[in-house]
Amino acid sequence: MQQKMKTVTITIQEDGEPREIEIQVPDTGEGGWGDLSKNTYINKPHTRVDAVDKVTGRAKYTADIKLPGLLYGRILRSAHPRARINRIDATRAMALPGVSVVVLPNDDPEVFSRECRFAGQEIAAVAATTPEVAEDALHAIDVDYEVLPFVVDEDAARDPDAAQVHSDRGNVGEPRVGEQGDIAAGFAQADVTLEATFRCQVQSHIALETHGNVCQWEGDKLTVWASTQGVFSVRGELAGHFGIPETNVRVITEFMGGGFGAKFGARKEGVICALLARKAGAPVKLMLTRKEEHLATGNRPSAVQHVKLGATSDGKLVAYERSNYGTPGVAGSANIPGAPYLYEIPNYRIEQTSVFTNAGPMAAQRAPGHPQAAFAMESMMDEMAEALGMDPIDIRQMNDPNEARRNMVAMGAEHIGWKTRRSATPNSGTGRIKTGMGVGSARWGGGGGRTQAECTINPDGSVQVKCGTQDIGTGTLTLVHMVAAEEFGLKMEDIDVGIGDTNYPYSGGSGGSTTAASVSPAIKGTTMLAKLELFKKIAPRFGVEPGELVASDGNVFVGSDPSKSMTWQQATAQLGDEPIFFHGQWLPGYSDSGVPGVHFVEVSVDTETGLVKVDRVVAVHNSGMILNPLTWASQVNGGVLMGIGYGMYENRIMDPATGYMVNANLEDYKLMGSTDIPEIEILRYDEPERGVIGIGEPATIPTPGAIANAIYNACGARIRDMPFTPDKVLSALAAVKEG
Amino acid sequence: MQNFSYVNATSIEQVPSLLGRSWDDAVVMAGGTDLVGEMKDYAAVPKRVVNLKSIEGLDYIRQDDTGMRIGALTTLTDVLADSAVSQDYPVLHQAVSVIASPQIRNMATLAGNILQRPRCWYYRSEDFPCLKKGGARCYAVGGVNTYHAIFGSGPSYIVHPSDAAPALMALGATVNIHGPRGANEVVLDDFFTMPEMNIRRENILRPNEIVTEISIPKPEANSRGMFLKVRERESIDFALVSLAAQMTVVNGTCERASLVLGGVAPIPWRAVEAEVYLRGRRITEARAESAAEAAVEDAAPMPHNGYKVEIAKNLVKQAVQALAA
Repeated sequence: MQQKMKTVTITIQEDGEPREIEIQVPDTGEGGWGDLSKNTYINKPHTRVDAVDKVTGRAKYTADIKLPGLLYGRILRSAHPRARINRIDATRAMALPGVSVVVLPNDDPEVFSRECRFAGQEIAAVAATTPEVAEDALHAIDVDYEVLPFVVDEDAARDPDAAQVHSDRGNVGEPRVGEQGDIAAGFAQADVTLEATFRCQVQSHIALETHGNVCQWEGDKLTVWASTQGVFSVRGELAGHFGIPETNVRVITEFMGGGFGAKFGARKEGVICALLARKAGAPVKLMLTRKEEHLATGNRPSAVQHVKLGATSDGKLVAYERSNYGTPGVAGSANIPGAPYLYEIPNYRIEQTSVFTNAGPMAAQRAPGHPQAAFAMESMMDEMAEALGMDPIDIRQMNDPNEARRNMVAMGAEHIGWKTRRSATPNSGTGRIKTGMGVGSARWGGGGGRTQAECTINPDGSVQVKCGTQDIGTGTLTLVHMVAAEEFGLKMEDIDVGIGDTNYPYSGGSGGSTTAASVSPAIKGTTMLAKLELFKKIAPRFGVEPGELVASDGNVFVGSDPSKSMTWQQATAQLGDEPIFFHGQWLPGYSDSGVPGVHFVEVSVDTETGLVKVDRVVAVHNSGMILNPLTWASQVNGGVLMGIGYGMYENRIMDPATGYMVNANLEDYKLMGSTDIPEIEILRYDEPERGVIGIGEPATIPTPGAIANAIYNACGARIRDMPFTPDKVLSALAAVKEG
Repeated sequence: MQNFSYVNATSIEQVPSLLGRSWDDAVVMAGGTDLVGEMKDYAAVPKRVVNLKSIEGLDYIRQDDTGMRIGALTTLTDVLADSAVSQDYPVLHQAVSVIASPQIRNMATLAGNILQRPRCWYYRSEDFPCLKKGGARCYAVGGVNTYHAIFGSGPSYIVHPSDAAPALMALGATVNIHGPRGANEVVLDDFFTMPEMNIRRENILRPNEIVTEISIPKPEANSRGMFLKVRERESIDFALVSLAAQMTVVNGTCERASLVLGGVAPIPWRAVEAEVYLRGRRITEARAESAAEAAVEDAAPMPHNGYKVEIAKNLVKQAVQALAA
């Protein structure tokens, strides 16, 4: 029985131009991953291959890299939200014993500016023999500032008379408009129209590992250990900045402690680290502090959404109008999805703007724009359901065009006991502590591509797989082992895997929940085709076609006659002394994009203190074919926790009078801790025929909206302002009391 | 952190001479869980740090007929584990149980806890040269004052962060202070000081004095206590509002009430009006509510912290009802 083959079209680069070619690959059926029940690794739970290294400290992260003669870098940052540097003098700093070099604005005007637009902007840097001396040196750089007017509050910044963040443009950017149908006609059809304003705060990324690099020059060759979500993006930016070929820059990220969207490219701290190392003629390590993380490495922009929603009396949504703005800080966009979130509404108009303020710039953060949109839309859906006397689930099911999501809502509702355990009447409990239940949903894209890999099968049977992707904490290294081991019928530990290095084949940045869907098809395609090359050498010995051979359990045999068999090592020994080497790339047919997610939440509200406790979350998610259910569940858990953190605790607080962030730490910027974590139950909605789809982002989107709805169900207080802290809960409860 | 020298003290008597005339000269360190953070944030910039942990015999919990004496270097973990504390002084036991995290409680001492410096974000940040650091203004005024004081009239609006201090004050505890002229004992009510007395500090300790012991009188018969703490986050968080309550109730009538609020004023805040109201009154729900109203009668919230008044009121009501039940 010969393996069926199929033709796939892939894009290759030829003389710098993309060209489509057709190749033949084994046809493994719908979804690409074959009969899952026969698998040893794929779709089965596996502990991370590097788990022990991580928990024992053997894994070396960027901050752990030590090199002979290593210096420690620190960045001097603007002490004012808006100022012009008249003079900067490092004489005192250079005189400190242990200080090696200082770089000032004139050393690199592309990185440093004399125009300071937020407190925390990079203005100079030092490298010294110890981190302590480097910190002392920062305090010994004398800066003469001309302090200028500033604005840090997005509402104040919209005032035409507000201080201008940029001299060449106003604080309020060009509106982005999205529309469909005729909203006037739509609202005319509506039996009920509701209007409300929702506010989402700025959220910091808080990766466990701060941003940082170790840079070492040898002549005009640069090696960088980086905490990054994209080693190739770091390489490209540094090569460009220093005017050297990309071949001269090697970027290594063997282990990485999270990025959540804020670690792409070399970024200023990466360029500064390389600058210091070049000037010092010595390797430099520059890891940012937690305060610098909050001030200058990105954040989720705020969102203020004025929403108007119209529905007919039977619950059909007919018109939607939204005007929203938010602040991306000094640069970037605060836009959120430009169509009504999740639901089909024939008539809508959305107008959104970004408002510049003198605060650190935004960066993509886990599902950019989506949690904000989901919070307002899902709150509004509950408000509409109540106005119409409908069950919140019924109105969702009626207006949701996505069948999978409708099924997932039903699945979660059944599991949590929506009909049996939830009171349809808000605030129906007695006593001080009231409990309630709410639901919220998400959509996300994902999808894959942009990944190459190479595979070597050596005559002794050892197998090496290399791919320049990086494991940002999601378990990518483990999935490379799993896919390769499955393909060759070997054990995961038999595969020598190299990732996180620009010396390996290209892979794109880890963002947009695309890594698993990018890397796994590339590894699958590369190992599958490398194996075929091996089979071509073996097949004649059995008198069969290469496609008739199977590699499983450490053996190679004829599929239709397993007695015709040899061990993997016997097979590879046929290679003589020439290994199989195959360079492959991402193939279509093994992944997909577009997934829903649904969270059900139970909360308790203490009506005398305003404290909300999230007691339980039922998270229903869909990733097509799940590669590793264990690390997949970790992603869902992490997403839920981040969603609770955003809804309940986290908030970047700017002092409007002085322009400083007052909680640039992890005490006053409240990240949830272990005892705040609820029971999380994860329900899988599998669609294996779709192949691999990412999970990182959809897992965090629905939570805040579901919590807001649960709070309302518990105590009758509708909170439209995140995070849901006791002050807001108490004032909403007081408003309820007053009627 | 600024460079400093480090000295291991070997006796209580030696300490005053190792300390200086000013807080910038030298400070003492026990658990270090607060001091090191302050130094990293440049809120404290001492030239010398005097380690007290090298002094033998300052970690003890002793009980006799008159009450309990706790050595200044006793860790919060040891206080929490002590069965006499949990049995006879539940208000203290409960307060200590919600301080920080197990790891911090392993290092932090009871005396250090009541000597903690404010957590005010303006005080703790190098960006703000506030009143408490010798500057010209309290940035909470006109700033973001969500976590600031609702009692007292400035000029600084910090809140006292300790959970143990309200509990100890509710129990009528005293501290032993050792200085250049020897030792003296001060009741906690007289130990803490409002900003108008000394804007830079929160108590009467001079730069060359230390607390060596905390003594708690034995509670009278029929006296019961409890500690309530409201914090935004259950894992390691300071109180938005806390309440230490110790009440003597006989046949449903309150003979004596000791109610001390935390997180609401620059010092642990005794709710005197509520205490006076309750004395000699039979406790009913309505009277618990009246006591609660009395407790916050003098509250003067800032623009962002009015919610604390509501919480304080509700905690007093809850505790009075629970202790009379």
